[in-house]
Amino acid sequence: MAAVIVQPPWPATAPKLTVAQANRVSKAYGSVQALREVSLGLRGGELLALLGPNGAGKTTLVRMLLGLASPDSGRISVFGADPRDEIMRYRVGAMLQVARVPETLRVREHIDLFSSYYPNPLPIAETLRIAGLEEIKTRRFGELSGGQRQRVLFGISICGNPDLLFLDEPTVGLDVEARRLMWAQIRALVALGKTVLLTTHYLHEADALADRILVLQHGAIVAEGTPAEIKARTIGKQVRFSSRLSVEEVRTIPGVVSLTADQQKFELQVQAAEPVVRELLLRDSWLSDLEVTTAGLEEAFLALTQNHYSKGVN
Amino acid sequence: MAAASFAARLAVPQRSFRNLVELFAKEAMYEVVKNVRIPIYAVSTVAFPLMFYVLFGIVLTPNNPVNRSQAATYLLATMGTFGVMGASLFGFAVSLAVERGQGWLQVKRASPMPLSAYFAAKLISAMLFSGTIAVGLLIVGSVFAHVRLAPIQAAELISVLMAASIPFGALGLALGYIAKPNSAPPVVNLIYLPLSFCSGLWIPIFLLPKFLQQAARLLPPFHVSQLALRAVGMSRETGPTGHIQALVGFTLLFLGVAVVLYRRDEGQSYG
Repeated sequence: MAAVIVQPPWPATAPKLTVAQANRVSKAYGSVQALREVSLGLRGGELLALLGPNGAGKTTLVRMLLGLASPDSGRISVFGADPRDEIMRYRVGAMLQVARVPETLRVREHIDLFSSYYPNPLPIAETLRIAGLEEIKTRRFGELSGGQRQRVLFGISICGNPDLLFLDEPTVGLDVEARRLMWAQIRALVALGKTVLLTTHYLHEADALADRILVLQHGAIVAEGTPAEIKARTIGKQVRFSSRLSVEEVRTIPGVVSLTADQQKFELQVQAAEPVVRELLLRDSWLSDLEVTTAGLEEAFLALTQNHYSKGVN
Repeated sequence: MAAASFAARLAVPQRSFRNLVELFAKEAMYEVVKNVRIPIYAVSTVAFPLMFYVLFGIVLTPNNPVNRSQAATYLLATMGTFGVMGASLFGFAVSLAVERGQGWLQVKRASPMPLSAYFAAKLISAMLFSGTIAVGLLIVGSVFAHVRLAPIQAAELISVLMAASIPFGALGLALGYIAKPNSAPPVVNLIYLPLSFCSGLWIPIFLLPKFLQQAARLLPPFHVSQLALRAVGMSRETGPTGHIQALVGFTLLFLGVAVVLYRRDEGQSYG
């Protein structure tokens, strides 16, 4: 069955070629600066995750790459052309956040309609299969659960058999099982050579799916790299222990970045563990339950964005 | 890079004319299906004019059978105008305001759908609902109120009412760009109901005060109703040219407003 989607209707984009590009793009909505001089290049066949909290500018950037909004300054190109070009949209699919979808149309009808927009769409049965919609194809959109609705929007994004996919927070509001299913579907598309730009504020999602991560904060890119590089960029450690020391006594130890305390249980973010632990044991030799862990991506992300925030915008 | 983008351009297949026809047909078909399945739209746009027609044209009419059939014929034209205006205004303004304001139009615009297909579908849907209303009124009128029209008159009435979807749809389009999703239904009603009354759709125009009769010439539904009355042989006006010119003018004006509002939206948060 998968053979149908493997056959591209035209020569697939050569790997490593830049398929979409933003060059020093800025955009303001009224007094809110949504994006500041953001540049990115999307390479053929990769999955790039745009990671950032709500309001960081992720959706604005996606809308520009889709030609739905124009930058105040800077340049956007998709397949070497203006993204507003209708012809370029034949090769692009998009899953956007939408508050309301016409509820009286059936799942199959939505897919049928969007397939008709593309010159070489996937067979409808194939789209329904890939997006996991076979069981619910005769249901009206209004009768679907949140996860099923997301799958329909996913189906709409792939039905034209695009080379380039924009997935704007595809798993928002999904339960764990539905999220895993969506991840598997996204991985399957990347395995077929599709290029994907995914936005998320779930750190583990970017880690699980992406070849490359861009961290976006307050409209600017604050970090870029593979998930491993992003992790390596924070050398920080996490130290947990129980102690009778006061919060103030712990806070004043050099090298402590931040701390949380609950009764006698402490959790510290530190730059390097050894000097802090040495000092802790000097101050309280009865200290117990000591645990030192490497910061995961979640901490990395927090540290990166907080660091940037405290320094201000340079 | 230049060579690569050139290759990328070459590689993209073109949409054939047949694809395009199928696309427009599907867009229109699903717009109709979508609306037929929305009870508040499908039932109220068709049922209200029929109910009003039964009430004003059949129940509350003179006892004299000749006057009665005349009144029923007159109201066939004006209630038809009322019904078509509702189907077109709600079909354009409310659905556009909702789809635009709640992100659905963005999803469609991110696809290669031509925007003209989207609007053509709304017009075709409004025309089909208008035709249904016209036929429904004709059946009720001829069965219950002894309205007697020649086939050519009935055909002209149906054509006039279906064509009236164009000016009313243009007005709905402008309103759809003005209104927010939640405010669209009340905004449409605020315009729809007074406009109907002042254009003489409920009470014949010649029974309204003189100044309202004059003012009605500034209202599109008045001109539609005069063309509809002509079709059933009850217009008191001279030729149709003035009404047609007025309606063409209104249509261009509303489309102009819609284009200005659409441009204002471009690049903002709505599609």
